[in-house]
Amino acid sequence: MPEADPGAIAFIPSIYCRASDGTYGINRVLLRSDIQMNGNRVRFEALVLPHLDAAYRFAIGLSRSRADAEDLVQDAILRAYRSIETLRAADAKAWLLTIVRNCFLTACARDKKRATVPLPDQGDSETADALIEPSPGPENASMQQARQEAVGRSMSKLSMEHRQVLILREIEEMSYSEIASVIQLPIGTVMSRLARARTAFREQWLTDHGEPST
Amino acid sequence: MTCPEALRTQAYFDAELDALAAAEIERHLESCVDCRALLQDLQRTRIAIRRDFAEAAVPPSLTARIARSLEREPGAGSRPRRRPQESLWRLRSFWTGTFLGGAGALTAAAALALLFWMPLRHNSLLDSLVTEHVDSLLPGHLIGVESTDRHTVKPWFAGHADISPLVEDFSAQGFVLVGGRADYLANQRTAVIVYQHGRHIINVFGWKSDLRFAPRDATRNGYHLAFWTVGDLQYCAVSDASWDDLHRLERLFRDLGAREANPTH
Repeated sequence: MPEADPGAIAFIPSIYCRASDGTYGINRVLLRSDIQMNGNRVRFEALVLPHLDAAYRFAIGLSRSRADAEDLVQDAILRAYRSIETLRAADAKAWLLTIVRNCFLTACARDKKRATVPLPDQGDSETADALIEPSPGPENASMQQARQEAVGRSMSKLSMEHRQVLILREIEEMSYSEIASVIQLPIGTVMSRLARARTAFREQWLTDHGEPST
Repeated sequence: MTCPEALRTQAYFDAELDALAAAEIERHLESCVDCRALLQDLQRTRIAIRRDFAEAAVPPSLTARIARSLEREPGAGSRPRRRPQESLWRLRSFWTGTFLGGAGALTAAAALALLFWMPLRHNSLLDSLVTEHVDSLLPGHLIGVESTDRHTVKPWFAGHADISPLVEDFSAQGFVLVGGRADYLANQRTAVIVYQHGRHIINVFGWKSDLRFAPRDATRNGYHLAFWTVGDLQYCAVSDASWDDLHRLERLFRDLGAREANPTH
């Protein structure tokens, strides 16, 4: 039988097989000869795909919804694949997460347009993110519940600009300069935003839990 | 946080300061109550964030979706990007779907046929190993974790590769441990232990061995590939070093494996 280990599904799809649990997998050994025809595929597989989980976590952090995050990651991976030639090997993770973030902002802008809400005037970049984020309309309890489950109770209540720096720093453990390249702001702004985001989270956490964590 | 050093204290906490600045902040912390409190808050916040954030790995359904959508892509970056973005996901016609489904079935059939074609499989494995080896020699590609200390290199693999390989610095025998790296290969994240021997780089790949498939020593594009197994792990040393050197390294690995299996001897 084709050997697709469901725990380690490959992503360069030329030769598929269906694993016993019904998911698709790809036989990587078989694939290599195909892949070698295309150096970009090798690069993509070696440099970008290891960061798929990070992209997914970041997408959840941005969208606060697992379903949206899945669409976002799929969109981002495809864009990444098409522009692999712009990738420098050393910063693949920051590069991929930047694409995830751009996809998110594009999707938000599109949703805004659909909702016929006029786009905000060109503000300064510090507030642009917050403005682009979908306005917090009436949110029912189950939607709130789903968001809390997706990103965490306290995190779900922070603004998008705070969530993204916190996830990049504390979950993905990226350096200031990497964060700066993902959110496309100067390092100084990253530092001050990070400080504010941490304070905001701390206050939210205290509200949610009533006591300092230890 | 009124202390003007608050941001630098945060940077200190995030390990963003160079040694000189870090020393300055450490001196500052001795005298500044606010920043000491801040440091503690930062630590608590970090713990809280990590506890709060729901850990998430890509679900298999998404990897399958990604695999299917990448399948539709021709060579990456090789064509203009002008294409309505949504069409790929939402407006794909029934007929396209049918056609792609058929193509998928065909490739699956091809996969089945190829599986029983061992020599080809062997060849593609050799090609992959040589490709990874050559890629690793490009500037900046060789090392994921740079260290001559096995106690640094070995734990690094825990977060980066699917297996925990044997790691030892064989400097005394002429094989200097340079570091480690993880490569995608043979359906898994293989651990690569990097040695320098004279002017040669030797990549030792380690992955879960497949009992039905034992590769044999081979030469590809002028590179030697020496295979051996220790326990349930398959190793392959790839290098332009001589066969004698590779087989010496193989013996060192086998001895190390025997020692780790029987620590009393």
